[in-house]
Amino acid sequence: MHRKMRVSLSSTFELAGGPGCTVEVHAETIQQMMASLVDRYPDFQRLLDRGVAVSIDGQVFRDDWTQPIPPQAEVFLIPRIEGG
Amino acid sequence: MSNATLVSTTVNGDPVQYACPSDESLMTALRNRVGLTGVKEGCGTGDCGACSITLDGQLVCSCLVLAVEAEGREVTTVEGLSTDGELHTLQQKFIDHAALQCGICTPGFLVAAKALLDRNPNPDETEIRYALAGNLCRCTGYDKIVHAVQAAAKDMRKQKRR
Amino acid sequence: MGHDQKYVDKEYKVVGTRFNRPDGVEKVTGKARYGADASAPGQLVGRILRSPHPHAQIVKINTKKAEKLPGVKSIVTCDDMPDLTGGDQGLADILENCMARGRALYDGHAVAAVAAVDEQTAAKALKLIEVKYKKLPHVTDVDEAMSESAPVIHDRVFTRGVEPAPTKPSNVAARTQMGHGDVDAGFAEADIIIEKSYKTEQTHQGYIEPHACLASVNPDGSADLWVTTQGHFVFRNVCASLLGLDIAKLKVTSSEIGGGFGGKTHVWIEPVALALSRKANRPVKMVMARDEVFRATGPTSSTSIDIKMGAKKDGTITAAVADMRYQGGAFPGNWAMLACMTAFACYDIKNNKAIGWDVIVNRPKVAAYRAPSAPMAAFAVESTIDELAKMVGVSAIDMRLKNVAREGTPAPYGPTYGPIGIEHTLQAVKDHPHMRAKLKKNQGRGVACGFWFNIGGQTCTDLNISVDGTVNLTLGTVDVGGSRSSMAMIAAEELGISYDQVRANIADSSSLGHNDMTEGSRGTFSSGMATIYAAREAIGVLKERAAKMWGVPVDDVIWENGQAIATGEGHGNLPPLSLKEIAAKSGRTGGPIAGHNEVTADGAGMGFASHICDVEVDPETGRSTIVRYTVVQDAGKAINPDYVEGQFQGGATQGIGWALNEEYIYGTDGRLQNPGFLDYRIPVCSDLPFIDTQILEVPNPLHPYGVRGVGETSIVPPLAAVGNAIANATGVRMTHAPMSPPRVLAAIDAQENAG
Repeated sequence: MHRKMRVSLSSTFELAGGPGCTVEVHAETIQQMMASLVDRYPDFQRLLDRGVAVSIDGQVFRDDWTQPIPPQAEVFLIPRIEGG
Repeated sequence: MSNATLVSTTVNGDPVQYACPSDESLMTALRNRVGLTGVKEGCGTGDCGACSITLDGQLVCSCLVLAVEAEGREVTTVEGLSTDGELHTLQQKFIDHAALQCGICTPGFLVAAKALLDRNPNPDETEIRYALAGNLCRCTGYDKIVHAVQAAAKDMRKQKRR
Repeated sequence: MGHDQKYVDKEYKVVGTRFNRPDGVEKVTGKARYGADASAPGQLVGRILRSPHPHAQIVKINTKKAEKLPGVKSIVTCDDMPDLTGGDQGLADILENCMARGRALYDGHAVAAVAAVDEQTAAKALKLIEVKYKKLPHVTDVDEAMSESAPVIHDRVFTRGVEPAPTKPSNVAARTQMGHGDVDAGFAEADIIIEKSYKTEQTHQGYIEPHACLASVNPDGSADLWVTTQGHFVFRNVCASLLGLDIAKLKVTSSEIGGGFGGKTHVWIEPVALALSRKANRPVKMVMARDEVFRATGPTSSTSIDIKMGAKKDGTITAAVADMRYQGGAFPGNWAMLACMTAFACYDIKNNKAIGWDVIVNRPKVAAYRAPSAPMAAFAVESTIDELAKMVGVSAIDMRLKNVAREGTPAPYGPTYGPIGIEHTLQAVKDHPHMRAKLKKNQGRGVACGFWFNIGGQTCTDLNISVDGTVNLTLGTVDVGGSRSSMAMIAAEELGISYDQVRANIADSSSLGHNDMTEGSRGTFSSGMATIYAAREAIGVLKERAAKMWGVPVDDVIWENGQAIATGEGHGNLPPLSLKEIAAKSGRTGGPIAGHNEVTADGAGMGFASHICDVEVDPETGRSTIVRYTVVQDAGKAINPDYVEGQFQGGATQGIGWALNEEYIYGTDGRLQNPGFLDYRIPVCSDLPFIDTQILEVPNPLHPYGVRGVGETSIVPPLAAVGNAIANATGVRMTHAPMSPPRVLAAIDAQENAG
């Protein structure tokens, strides 16, 4: 069993808890966090398809799902952005 | 090609002949028939200056000149600026001053800047800016281009005095 | 793998100095080959027929007469480009945007295409294609498109993000909300409340090089594409998907690119050229005319924005709300969402809420344009903050400093900021001599701030050491603004050799692993990271080879100043081996020496800037002239300051053009009235002063050198900086960009009439 962690959703994302909710999952990497979110909330796949990036302690990770999530880290899901 | 006209002209000092339709622009003929793709097409309507050349020493947008009009005249393109394997001072200064980013407008700027310095070896900033106002650059904000032309003018005046 | 991404403070020998770019000579001599400069044996000329209507059903396309014209080799319509997108709506939209499918959705939408032996024949053939249209009602204005009476453009689009889920289709593709706190409570706390509405018109990236490509598809399914693009690997994947080709059999080569600014991250003519070539079994060269570029490609959103802000007497902003309507052209976009994420990003506002509406209209599909969506939101927010500062009675800079975001501030899109540079840029502006320079009559000074995210992404890089000790650096990120020189500098820095020993090239799509687009200010950040790692891997190999040459354990070898040095007992007398000496013997010590890296570079770090603008407004004509301009931006670390300055100056100038002149003008007939550089006026040399720059370096903790992206942020502040300067020069607040002479004159007149 992975460590328990809290992940907050940007207010543009809606999950069971409503827009901008914070949920608890068990994960120690982005990969594990995404997997358990899909597991718990089947609707989450739809958000993933739209594009999700992960902010860990203020640093935004768009692509690298191998990133470890340190204990007590602030984790946010935000829209995956592109640029010009 | 229907109704082709044979044109004899001089390009960068060399005799050149090409056959072209009567409605073809000199820009297209230089690019597609003479192989001088340093002449760039940005608009085809004389608004951007990327296709700037000199025709008998006069700065023109080659997209606004018909290819047949080059008959018997002297065309100079960016390819004609450097001689004897050495870059023209303007070319070197554009590199030294980082006066190009994407570089698509650079040939036109060089031809226009040379035309300016040929008639006015010591232009002030305003004169440079107005002389180059017919050439669009979207990358640089013109800052480093003006600096490069100023530096080239200074060096070229020194070279002349020597 | 296993490379440490963390920033390490150190002294540099090469990085941070100025070197000439490796592609400079070819670009000043006319030798450099751009999109339109390639040719292939037997090539045809491709041209596209475009809809003259903003919205019309395509009843019938008759190509028979055109087919019979001698010299015509292939004609394609949507029938030749079947939908292979398998339910991927985003990809299906791209396909439909490249070639209309039963309906023309905007003036300039591609309807059919022809390939012929020469330009004249292709032009003639286009005129022989008969298209029967049934005109449909259209809408081009963002606010009108949201109204109940507007024609609904797609009956498959239902507004996302509203509760309960709508049952009727709408032109509003999505509603987004960002922010935190309780804005009602925040406004209750405020002593002063301001509400303002703004509009910005649609602008184009305005790259001087039109889209161009040379496509060749063979009967065995192999294909080549030469193209001007910001990302040939992405173009490869998209084109292969749309055409049903195997990705590895489509080789895409990126030409030199004549400007992109986001506009060359999207495909338009490329799938069509490939389809024409496949049908004709000959190479097809396609070059857009300038009016096609304006009518069919690029543009950024036009917007309509309401801002409400409240502040205490001491200047603390207690609440801020933005309601932002962005049109994305004829297809759903997420442009308003980006506005929501960026609008208040420079500030620490306890209660803030940004609502975005992504709206569909009969205009070309919006593409990313340098910090997409941020400049318009910044125009509205930064103009309002200036007005608020006046009401509070503090300077524009002090107002901003009072509310500035810092490390630890929650960003409007959720997370808490790490180390960021906005306060540093504002303080630098406050201390800048420009702020104390005297202004003349009819002149005013404005400041404004801007934010953009920057991104990383997938990158793959090779570094090969030749037997003479020179180094080939093979990159997959397209060089749009001089990044080859920066990458060569980084390789030289790591290897400890001179810049002249490194040659950086951009590889075609079959020579390297996937690389994402050069977009989101990622080029130097991500390819730089891959270059560092590839060089470090090569150093590992160099040390092994030196150890073999000496016959000592590799653990006893260190790399310093471009040479291997044997350390430890008994090796002290060995003279160092230079990279050149090791390379010369490489054939006998294990073969070629190389380093390689593939990485998903994440953690690009935020980009912040503050700009100062002095403007002189002619009260007779309303014409505004920029008399002085200063850009202050955090670069994290400037690898080659020349090209960092270039990004600052270029972005500022694009913003100035947007602020003062550039706009798409649609007639009531829904047609674009100014698809050319004469009437769509971008800044020319005589419009501008020198653009002063100040590079700040607040290191990005997640890059070995501290690099942040620098390419985009500089376009964000100018609209408001110019607007604020005009307000200070004239006393008139402009709320509609561009602030062109007729608009400024009308505003001045209206103020005078109001007495």
